[in-house]
Amino acid sequence: MSVLDSKVPKGPLKTKWTDYKNHIDLVNPANKRNIDVIVVGTGLAGGSAAATLAELGYNVKTFCYQDSPRRAHSIAAQGGINAAKNYQGDGDSTYRLFYDTVKGGDYRSREANVYRLAEVSANIIDQCVAQGVPFARDYGGLLDNRSFGGVLVSRTFYAKGQTGQQLLLGAYSAMNRQIARGKITPFNRHEMLDVVKVNGKARGIIARNLVTGEIERHSAHAVVIASGGYGNVYFLSTNAMGSNATAAWKIHKKGAFFANPCYTQIHPTCIPRSGDYQSKLTLMSESLRNDGRIWVPKNMEDVMAIREGKKKPTDLSEDERDYYLERRYPAFGNLVPRDVASRAAKERCDAGYGVNATGEAVYLDFASAIERYGIEQAKIHNITNASADKIYELGAAIVKAKYGNLFQMYEKIVDQDPYKTPMMIYPAVHYTMGGVWVDYNLMTTVEGLYCIGEANFSDHGANRLGASALMQGLADGYFVLPYTIGDYLSHEIRTGKIATDTPEFDAAEKEVTDKINFFVNNKGSHSVDYYHKKLGNIMWEKCGMSRNAKGLKEAMSEIKALREDFYKNVSVPGTATELNAELEKAGRVADFLELGELFAKDALAREESCGGHFREESVELGGEQEGEAKRNDVDFAFVSAWEYKGEPGDAVLHKEQLEFNEIELKQRSYK
Amino acid sequence: MNLTLKIWRQSNAQAKGKMVDYKVTEISEHMSFLEMMDVLNEQLINKGEEPVAFDHDCREGICGMCSMFINGEAHGPDRGVTTCQLHMRMFKDGDTITIEPFRAKAFPVIKDLVVDRSSFDRIQHAGGYISVNTSGNTQDANSIPISKYAADEAMDAATCIGCGACVASCKNASAMLFVGAKVSQYALLPQGRIEAVDRVQNMVAQMDLEGFGNCTNTGACEVECPKGISLENIARMNREFLSANVKG
Repeated sequence: MSVLDSKVPKGPLKTKWTDYKNHIDLVNPANKRNIDVIVVGTGLAGGSAAATLAELGYNVKTFCYQDSPRRAHSIAAQGGINAAKNYQGDGDSTYRLFYDTVKGGDYRSREANVYRLAEVSANIIDQCVAQGVPFARDYGGLLDNRSFGGVLVSRTFYAKGQTGQQLLLGAYSAMNRQIARGKITPFNRHEMLDVVKVNGKARGIIARNLVTGEIERHSAHAVVIASGGYGNVYFLSTNAMGSNATAAWKIHKKGAFFANPCYTQIHPTCIPRSGDYQSKLTLMSESLRNDGRIWVPKNMEDVMAIREGKKKPTDLSEDERDYYLERRYPAFGNLVPRDVASRAAKERCDAGYGVNATGEAVYLDFASAIERYGIEQAKIHNITNASADKIYELGAAIVKAKYGNLFQMYEKIVDQDPYKTPMMIYPAVHYTMGGVWVDYNLMTTVEGLYCIGEANFSDHGANRLGASALMQGLADGYFVLPYTIGDYLSHEIRTGKIATDTPEFDAAEKEVTDKINFFVNNKGSHSVDYYHKKLGNIMWEKCGMSRNAKGLKEAMSEIKALREDFYKNVSVPGTATELNAELEKAGRVADFLELGELFAKDALAREESCGGHFREESVELGGEQEGEAKRNDVDFAFVSAWEYKGEPGDAVLHKEQLEFNEIELKQRSYK
Repeated sequence: MNLTLKIWRQSNAQAKGKMVDYKVTEISEHMSFLEMMDVLNEQLINKGEEPVAFDHDCREGICGMCSMFINGEAHGPDRGVTTCQLHMRMFKDGDTITIEPFRAKAFPVIKDLVVDRSSFDRIQHAGGYISVNTSGNTQDANSIPISKYAADEAMDAATCIGCGACVASCKNASAMLFVGAKVSQYALLPQGRIEAVDRVQNMVAQMDLEGFGNCTNTGACEVECPKGISLENIARMNREFLSANVKG
């Protein structure tokens, strides 16, 4: 049997998951008490998985580098969570959510996984409401929905612009209940630095206590990695400062295949960068595209006048503006999927139409929405002959109710009032669809080692639709993993407690300690950030929104050279036995310096454009779709799963051929 | 702009701390406060000195990890923002800025500006949840309508990011705003009513156990809260607590 057996159950798509659940082995409650599970990461996926596994009776240990599970970066997700509830009666269904997700992912995801995701999506909303998540409601007391990019229905549930926060606090509350019962032991301010394998099975981890520097051994019958994505390989991204790929990369080096690293989502609506000191980029929720219209000036003279401060965007009349998304994609307009919106912004800015000093910004304008809502409100309140000011006031109040916190955030960062002048936005790295390869059970190529949430590659193909990350994280943690891991653990009931005083743990701990000692003793001449910024620059320039073979080859060799320099010249102040942020960063950047090279290698091998991966060599040359991305289903309808072989550049490619039985592969058209 | 920074340095929980002066130059007004701290730390690293330890993560005002008591105010002089969203345009050339950790008995210093806020977690363990198991058979999300007003009010309370600014700002180091917000979120929702009596009693008991002070209605917490959590939440918690004790 090939190592890349996806283990998708037989039978019709619609009944696979139900049949699967009916036939898996279960662990009886008394035996669950003797089984330990480690969960690394406490975001939506890890937090929900930890809580659910503990409810079932397993002994769970959670690990997070933050001071509390509640701070995981899922908290920053703004816009919402999708679910096929069809509360709006607009024709939504499990099938349609499945279809949209596969199409949105540019036909590079596994049908069975996506269908299961769509199937459990409705349960997530039920569960979260029962936990006390205060979703937005309408005046009748029922749940409200909004629309997101790439779909034609309203299926997104939200809690103002803080949906991720509320869902994470829901999962955290479920964790708290289990912590109080003693079923979860939380290890906060801890970082997993390696996985320990015994006889081929994942049996524990080595973790560092980030406060004392102590290296700890933790054993378990199964290990779950839920450590999020690797967007910080670009240095600048919308990820948190601490978001890292270390857990995922360490398990890759111990035998877990890494899939599709080149699939990265560059989110179209972020606040543009302002200077070299910039430490991170801030996202403006995609929900803004429900009401905001994206444009740049039609004429180059206006672009120049705006950049020089001689004209304001509001001075331009309608016919002096190029609403380029509405022009190019009349069917979806401003709500095209993220990859399409990002590339269109880049295309305009590359052509010289960028509206700020760096030339890398486009407008997101709420003037028409404010007017439209204002007129509607005037009618509702029976105000006849409302003045333009009154209409503005009424409309602005509606926009404020919908997006107030986002507007405030924008104003604090940019120091401009988005109610009065259009926002400036530019794409930024946001989410990584690629990740650790997992089968239908969410198990990696290492037995007993699972990977869930953004850290795995599974459900989003080459592009993720808005409001689907929260859905996947919670689906994996609440409703999928607790079943699939039980099937595995049913064979562990006779194993007994796993000892940590074994040669396997000794070896893993030594490797970790050696690396830490190397860093604190290296006394080089450059800070960790110096290398991280250089790596980010290579990634953005050569593995960014568009890629070509020449650039990718250069990226591979430049990253390799940078890595060698890093190991010679990096400087980490302080010691290993205290809180040492630079030491933490050094370990994470060391892993990014390897992952980045594999990323470029993967992008080079994938000689097609699909989703977030755009190869300049693969575009439509004529017809209605001229200039759009050209996918190649004949040669590339597979998952690239890379096996580590000592150096990232030497990784070996394994292919998981994707089969589409339910959905006909088509060119993704949003025109 | 050029600035003088007076920063609390303390190598670990046991060590004695002190204020140390630093100079930073060429700070742009567009930088965030933490980016200014990054500049300082890069400068210290390049000189072979130890950088200043401070908590931070999302840098977009939502994770609640960043703290810092800046010129005598939690999260600094701006309103409605966390330290990571504070921008240098709030300061002017030549300013001296004092930067201290959040101070409270229940928030011991770990190192420099990093404090231990696990007391907040323990209060949540005591009752910050609704006892509902995960199942695919929970009743339909729309089966209990909730008035928009109650849902919005619950949401406003739930907006708390657990940063601890309320505690740091309070002369009594009271955690009433934090606990009140959590108690209120659940008290306002039908799902949370079932366990309301036990919840408020247990969370308040844990709050006292952790060594937080009492509320004397000064209102500094509300002013300094980066998320605008209202004092009403404290009033609601007091009412819940009183009625819980009367009902027993």
